[in-house]
Amino acid sequence: MIFVTVGHQMPFDRLVRAVDKWAAAEGRSDVFAQIGNTDYRPSHIRYTAKIDPSDFRRYMAEADAVIAHAGMGTILTALELGTPILVVPRLGRLMETRNDHQVATAERFLALGKVEVAMDESDLPGALARLTGKRRTPTIQAQASPQLLACVRGFIQGSERPK
Amino acid sequence: MTDRRKKKVKVLAVASGGGHWVQLRRLAPAFEGADVAYLTVEPSYRPEVGDARFYVVVDATRWNKVKLLRMLAQIGIVVARERPDVVISTGAAPGYFAIRLGKLAGARTMWIDSIANVEQLSLSGQKIMKHADRCLTQWEHLAAEGGPEYAGAVL
Repeated sequence: MIFVTVGHQMPFDRLVRAVDKWAAAEGRSDVFAQIGNTDYRPSHIRYTAKIDPSDFRRYMAEADAVIAHAGMGTILTALELGTPILVVPRLGRLMETRNDHQVATAERFLALGKVEVAMDESDLPGALARLTGKRRTPTIQAQASPQLLACVRGFIQGSERPK
Repeated sequence: MTDRRKKKVKVLAVASGGGHWVQLRRLAPAFEGADVAYLTVEPSYRPEVGDARFYVVVDATRWNKVKLLRMLAQIGIVVARERPDVVISTGAAPGYFAIRLGKLAGARTMWIDSIANVEQLSLSGQKIMKHADRCLTQWEHLAAEGGPEYAGAVL
């Protein structure tokens, strides 16, 4: 199963439409999408508007691959579960989010080798071909880095005075 | 005779939904040994925190002033009830309010800017920096003298 998720805040018609077209062209019947407030109604894939957090995690775990906006919660969950993920960043100029921070996120995580990226919807088929060759491997721990945990623990237990 | 048992530090851990919450949860091992209460905007996160106290406030962004005021009032009630020793937040709007109100109540405060903010500190991060005792970025290249510090990431 390929799981598509775009979060619950703003529509992401561009991504949902591109995946719908791709599924039709490839004859895929195993795509399920969480489309949030997206206006476009897919006709070749199953979809729902909203998914509860526990179900969300289950879909992320069961999926062979995830296609998503470059939202941090989705990326971190995919990396924790070891599910290969392709992100398409939302663009500020298309009013898909408030600015281009998802582009920067996608570029950084691509450079770290953690995600596949399609910078726009025309890249999607090629990026999906790259993604399907990927193995499932947990790539990150379920907790923050030891350095950050030590810093936070030290702050909590420390006697630093408020400024 | 005085009680020599050390009282647990009371922590109020605050995050809005989605990525902010996922990042806060990844910090949970650092809360061991403390008495933690969580504050967020999404009731369906409750099962994730086990027996910990769990508060939900209205979700709001900086564009909706009415909802922001409601959020501020709700967080005020939580802070007054909890009287935390420490307030920690991974963002966004609820964390800003909780740190401002926590400071007023005498808490030590820490802001951990979302790892999604790669190019610059988030707007809430920039605004909270002069108020929070510690302000952390998760990107080494954003750390600066007199600015946010880098001490690792949630990855």
